[in-house]
Amino acid sequence: MEQAFFLLFASIAVASACGVVLLKNPVHSAVSLMACFIQIAALYILLHSPFLAAVQLFVYVGAIMVLFIFVIMMLEIRQATLERFLPGSKYIALVFSVVLGSAMLWLLFSSPLLSQIPPPTPSASQGSVSELGQALFTQYLLPFEVVSIVLLVALVGAIFMTHKGDG
Amino acid sequence: MAPLSWYIALSVSLFVIGLYGVLSRRNVLIVLMCLELMLSAVNINLVAFSYFLSHLGGQIFAIFVITVTAAEVAVALAIVIAFVRQKGSLKIDEISIMKG
Repeated sequence: MEQAFFLLFASIAVASACGVVLLKNPVHSAVSLMACFIQIAALYILLHSPFLAAVQLFVYVGAIMVLFIFVIMMLEIRQATLERFLPGSKYIALVFSVVLGSAMLWLLFSSPLLSQIPPPTPSASQGSVSELGQALFTQYLLPFEVVSIVLLVALVGAIFMTHKGDG
Repeated sequence: MAPLSWYIALSVSLFVIGLYGVLSRRNVLIVLMCLELMLSAVNINLVAFSYFLSHLGGQIFAIFVITVTAAEVAVALAIVIAFVRQKGSLKIDEISIMKG
């Protein structure tokens, strides 16, 4: 049952990811990427991490993609959609990506370590929000604070760069 | 339930699709979207290992990746807006100001 759901979500995710790369209109690409992110959130629920699924929906679908679509609508896009691919690099990039992907898959399936991982023991508290919060605010407190400063700096930088006038 | 190798295979395929988009598309906005796709593929990997090894570190790291991605998108879109204001184009092969 769970495998069937995994295959469903994974095939929709891969199809919409191909849509992001191949579609001509940036708005269509953005909607396709949104569909892909929703499938990934469903996969997080299959992996028993509901908090990350919620964060994925809020941050990616709710914030980042809306920002993308807002910028697409703000800018004039017609001239940029005429030519989809960079001249000359289309097939080289395809060959490079396929070689890299098959190398990664070959390394993955030829590794003896993969079969040594035991099946996870289902426990009620594993991956729960309270456990996650406790780890985030005790063991990982310093990275948490650093990441908040990163967000602040990005905010100031974005405002500064889009500020009209002094450029 | 689905084995770990399936999740890694899905992650690899999403990463490769995103990589192809980053390398070949001409529109800056779509290149950024494909970058998001690659980061999401990495997140799937982290969460899958976190679940199969029963260790919370992967989920915590995925949260940090999502946060840094949000910051990156804000800065990148600000750069795109500034670039379009200056040059009036979204083509990635015309971003060559830093070359001197």
